Amino acid sequence: MNRFVYTNANLLENESILLTETNVRLYDGDQKTSFEGGELALTTHRLLWGRPGQIASGQTCLSLNLSLICYYEQESPTGFGFSRSRKILVFLYDLENGNENPNGPQYSSIYNFIKLSFREGFHTDIVQVLNDTLQRKLWLTPVQSPSQSGAKALPQIKLRTGIVGIERSLQEKQKATDESINVAFQDLSKLMTMAKDMVRLTRLISTKIKEKQGDITDDETVQFKSYLLSLGIDDPVTRESYKSDNQYYKGLARQISDFMCKHIEEVGGMMALTDVFCRLNRARGLELLSPEDILNACKLMDSLDLPLKLYQFSSGVMVLQLRTLSDETVANSTLELLEEKESISAEELSQLLGISTTLAKERLLSTERYGKCCRDDSIEGLRFYPNLFLTQE
Amino acid sequence: MSEIDIEWPWQYSFPPFFTLQPHPETRSKQVAAWKSLILDYCKKNKVCIVDIREADQLPLFNNSAINRKLESGVIVSILGELQKTGNAAAVDKSKNRWEIYWHTLEEWGSIIHDYVTSNGLTNSVMTLFELNQGESQEEFHGLHTDVLIKALKTLEEQRKCELILSDEDQGVKFF
Repeated sequence: MNRFVYTNANLLENESILLTETNVRLYDGDQKTSFEGGELALTTHRLLWGRPGQIASGQTCLSLNLSLICYYEQESPTGFGFSRSRKILVFLYDLENGNENPNGPQYSSIYNFIKLSFREGFHTDIVQVLNDTLQRKLWLTPVQSPSQSGAKALPQIKLRTGIVGIERSLQEKQKATDESINVAFQDLSKLMTMAKDMVRLTRLISTKIKEKQGDITDDETVQFKSYLLSLGIDDPVTRESYKSDNQYYKGLARQISDFMCKHIEEVGGMMALTDVFCRLNRARGLELLSPEDILNACKLMDSLDLPLKLYQFSSGVMVLQLRTLSDETVANSTLELLEEKESISAEELSQLLGISTTLAKERLLSTERYGKCCRDDSIEGLRFYPNLFLTQE
Repeated sequence: MSEIDIEWPWQYSFPPFFTLQPHPETRSKQVAAWKSLILDYCKKNKVCIVDIREADQLPLFNNSAINRKLESGVIVSILGELQKTGNAAAVDKSKNRWEIYWHTLEEWGSIIHDYVTSNGLTNSVMTLFELNQGESQEEFHGLHTDVLIKALKTLEEQRKCELILSDEDQGVKFF
């Protein structure tokens, strides 16, 4: 009982009341004391006892620091147990200064434990909460800045003991995962609905920029404009707007040709069909095309007199290339490069021309078929040389 | 074997020379270049026998300066081409050992016959050793005995000589 001190019931910074019980009597060891019928409040730092109303109004009351509690146990009900009274034994550490306490209700005590007697039993599961609080040792955490203490005001009560505790924490984790998955997919569906608006917005910006074309000098703006223009096909050809597949493919072929022509010129007159597929679908954004549709459309290009045509290398690689581009001109231009560089590998050619390695290799192979270059297949890889066998004697 | 520095053709330092070319026209030029190079090399170095398994050791098929080797499969096919013109022949069935004839066997025969008649050696017996290891500086000096025997056999068929092939002394009588 000498571990109690008189103090006022105002809470310390960072401290909060976890629960209160009424009609509690304090025992000093086994002896009843006059402190009966009072309110007991458990905070994160202390155990407070006061006459009814005293704690709430912040008057002087008895206080026991939780740091002094060694352990506690419930007193098992005695044989006379008709009463609902329950008792908790609280074992205490010794005080530092020889177990003498000038500020408390009792100067010294022969007992190293007190009893809390609940005349009407517990209304709350004080045993669990007390256990939890003692384990968390919140009184040890240093006082933090006021902004953070606000967040600490509502400490979470976690039950962590026993199998039930483990099960609960597992359940909580599962729940959290479920929620995050739900949130993630919610975002996705939102994105789907937002995409259309985004495309419309992009178009709006691009037309606005088009209108103001005269005013723009800034490099960045021009770049942005070019991004937008390269991103969007204003009115994608879709299957729904055509009656027959054939007409659809024809329309598609025209559009692909219009759109890709510029890009294909940029990369030297030839582009692998896979690259065409990617560029087209990126430009369309929505209403994506299947590889099959693109292939079918490209097959029609030859008959439609479009500036592009589908070409298949003997290895099976298919490319879209400019109609003006014939194998022979490709071979000749490759030969020029070869003579300049003396020898070249597919990788080097692809870097030189900014085309894919597959395409570069196809170019070299077709140049070889024209007898304009010859190969050197060594451990260092496949390289191509100008065909000196035929040109030099 | 004494190595005589031969003048390598330009192809020898051209890396694609060591890869069989797929383009037909290019390949025929390449193979032709190889054929003349092989015969030229063998002639200058008096190499009569080429073992494919040891072809790496011949500078002919291994240009260490540009780090290129001719694959053994390609060597066999080129030697096969040479065989068609009578300039090479496989000694074993697995085509690992080849005899190279920079003169065909018939040509060798007439070269030897010319030598014999111009030196008045007809109706006399000579050992093969005299022919290919003797003091003469004729072209067939240093010719491999197996090749020499084959060349003389072509003469024998024309009744211009007769081979005497006993275990110890191998000789030939010219008519």
